[in-house]
Amino acid sequence: MANMDLFSEPTLTRDSVEAVIDLAKRFKEEKGRIPVFMEVCGSHTMALAKTGIKTRLKDYVQLIAGPGCPVCVTDQKSIDAMIQLSEEPNTILCTFGDMMRVPGSKSTLMKAKTGGKDIRVVYSPLDSVKIAEKNPDKEVIFLGIGFETTIPILALAVREASSKELKNYSIWMTTKLVEPVLRALLSSGEVKLDGFLLPGHVSVVLGKQNYRYLAEEFNISGAITGFEPVQLLSGIYKLIHLQLEKKVEIINDYTYVVSDKGNVVAQSLIEEYLEADDEAWRGIGTIPKSGLVLKEEYSQHDAKKKFNISIGEPRVTKCRCGEIVRGLITPEECVLFNKGCTPAHPIGPCMVSTEGTCSAHYQFMRGE
Amino acid sequence: MCLGVPAKVIEIEGQRALVDVMGSRMYVGTFFVPEVKIDDYVLLHAGQAMTVVNEEYAKESIEEWRNVLDGKHGPFFRTDLNS
Amino acid sequence: MVQRISLAHGEGGELTHQLIQDIFIQSFGHSEQTKLDSAVLTIPSQTIAVTTDSYVVKPIFFPGGNIGKLAITGTVNDLAVSGAIPHVITAGFIIEEGFPINSLKEIVNTMAGEAERAGVRIIAGDTKVVEKGSVDGLFINTTGIGVMQEQHRLKPEIVQEGDSVIISGTIGDHGVAILSARNELGLLTDVRSDCASLNLLIHELLEEIKGIRIMRDPTRGGLATTLVELCEDFRFTVEMDEASIPVRKEVQGACDILGYDPIYLANEGKVVIIVDSNEEQKVLAILKNYEMGKNASVIGQITSCHVQTGKLLIKTTVGTTRRLNRLSGQLLPRIC
Repeated sequence: MANMDLFSEPTLTRDSVEAVIDLAKRFKEEKGRIPVFMEVCGSHTMALAKTGIKTRLKDYVQLIAGPGCPVCVTDQKSIDAMIQLSEEPNTILCTFGDMMRVPGSKSTLMKAKTGGKDIRVVYSPLDSVKIAEKNPDKEVIFLGIGFETTIPILALAVREASSKELKNYSIWMTTKLVEPVLRALLSSGEVKLDGFLLPGHVSVVLGKQNYRYLAEEFNISGAITGFEPVQLLSGIYKLIHLQLEKKVEIINDYTYVVSDKGNVVAQSLIEEYLEADDEAWRGIGTIPKSGLVLKEEYSQHDAKKKFNISIGEPRVTKCRCGEIVRGLITPEECVLFNKGCTPAHPIGPCMVSTEGTCSAHYQFMRGE
Repeated sequence: MCLGVPAKVIEIEGQRALVDVMGSRMYVGTFFVPEVKIDDYVLLHAGQAMTVVNEEYAKESIEEWRNVLDGKHGPFFRTDLNS
Repeated sequence: MVQRISLAHGEGGELTHQLIQDIFIQSFGHSEQTKLDSAVLTIPSQTIAVTTDSYVVKPIFFPGGNIGKLAITGTVNDLAVSGAIPHVITAGFIIEEGFPINSLKEIVNTMAGEAERAGVRIIAGDTKVVEKGSVDGLFINTTGIGVMQEQHRLKPEIVQEGDSVIISGTIGDHGVAILSARNELGLLTDVRSDCASLNLLIHELLEEIKGIRIMRDPTRGGLATTLVELCEDFRFTVEMDEASIPVRKEVQGACDILGYDPIYLANEGKVVIIVDSNEEQKVLAILKNYEMGKNASVIGQITSCHVQTGKLLIKTTVGTTRRLNRLSGQLLPRIC
């Protein structure tokens, strides 16, 4: 796509940085502090780090990594259960590559694979359906992680397996939804945030209209943005601008893929196959109705019903990721930071992702 | 939270399409984009096209941003950013 | 019917003799040195370089080469980047029962051709056949001996601030070719492996350029891992400019789809050179005379030496730097 290159074009990127800094200085003059935004999406966090934008802006705009990295927010107990699942006889476990190295309480899927378990990395959930078709004498289980971008694809995999009457195919659903976690963060007390950079690709499915609650109920703005440097900077600029204008709005700054209504086909597929259920979030705890599971009529494809694996309650820890993502405390104020919780043995999501707030502080502290 | 990459549609066969990203190709599902046509760009995630890219909007959005940077709308742009 | 390797081919009897005659001697020849149980040879130098490597690539045949080509180029390149002139190679084959004899013939022929091109002799070999399932088709181990010449000795001790870092061509070609050939992730691409012997090119560089400090071939783990290791081993900091790293657009496209970074993808025909900046243009001119070096580019500079912990930094468009680490574990496709 010819125009895509423009969103990372160096001169335009540098001009955009200057524009953001100018506006942020103005914010500081008016309010006596720098603006604080949360990028909800883990891929935004990675892009902000990779392009250097987060570092470049750090004296002018504080950007807090939110709870939107699906592997980072998968609870340890849930990962333990997945590993236990791989130990079931006659089983092929399929997963996105992202999950392989995420630590459970004792091990990882990668270590289980090294230990001889049949765990396969696939690019698409539909590939796991094909594996089930080719291996009728094996149980094939897909680890269904993801937010709203990925969830419709999980539903599509179930639809495919169901239409092919594959009795040996099931999904271990541990999906996460954006709205419940943002509501939980915003309702749990004080939040020092001036706005959200809203997840571009989740919004492709949800549409802009889904975020009205942020402005209407919580009086906080949001900008739906893409992942290229110019898009990120434009989103940040517009959020600062809204603050200066004292306006609260949801902006769609990613119009070429995000519509008001979102992807209606995807939404109706979700509705047909899935329903909301409580979900455990790593370091945050259980949030009511914050994930989607298969409806009763598709339980033959529900690995949680098919296999007798006990997950147990999420681990209760002193992890303060919840407050870190609300901008209330710094990682150093958490008692676990650099003690019980390090990148090698992370407790909360902010330490799992290499670009998570705690992990970034840990690396900085060690002079890296 | 989710990687997505724009890919150009080369061929369509039922509910799948051959797409191209800078010369590398892949067959992807088109269940979520029933309106897709050859030569469209789609946003690819985990083997599925999740939406058709509106190239016109991409162009507009870069132009709008250039105008902001050039100060054509004054120090801030005029109206509601929302439109 | 396809002729296949059987366990009897490995038992030392008539079939083993036949296999060696028909395949190995046919391609590699049978020099005087190999009539004893060991190859006996005179090396024209006091100082030699020795390297050994095992090749287990999957699939065995891929666009741009096969396991045999890789077994020669890999060992030739390891010797060449050390400043040695590759002289002789030995090859050990571990073959899975049932492996097609024609495929083995093709691989051995490729090895002979590549050895000839690189000017090395294959002087000793070994064949073992193992039961089905014990190996994945065919594994090859090669050991190479190279001759060191004092005037070609690399001088990592005189690395200095301002030295240039050069890569001899596009990165990630081998990684993407293999990924696509494996056909597991559905990736379709015309990218071919870059696997090639670099020794003639490197020889010319060492003859012409006096200011070469270090060379290394960025194979597994890719360019980034190789540079991180150099930075740590020799305690300097490299600042790399992302925009100047040559990447084929198909390789970038494949990486975009799967969530990979080309700087971590394997190369099998590239060399990283650290050289006095006054000689960088001369190095580029020599590299660009070769087909395999035509995309050579200066990708960074040494920004400090004799530091406590050497680091690889990458300059971003917005003017900041970011530290890169070595590849952690295996590359896996990502959705986020």
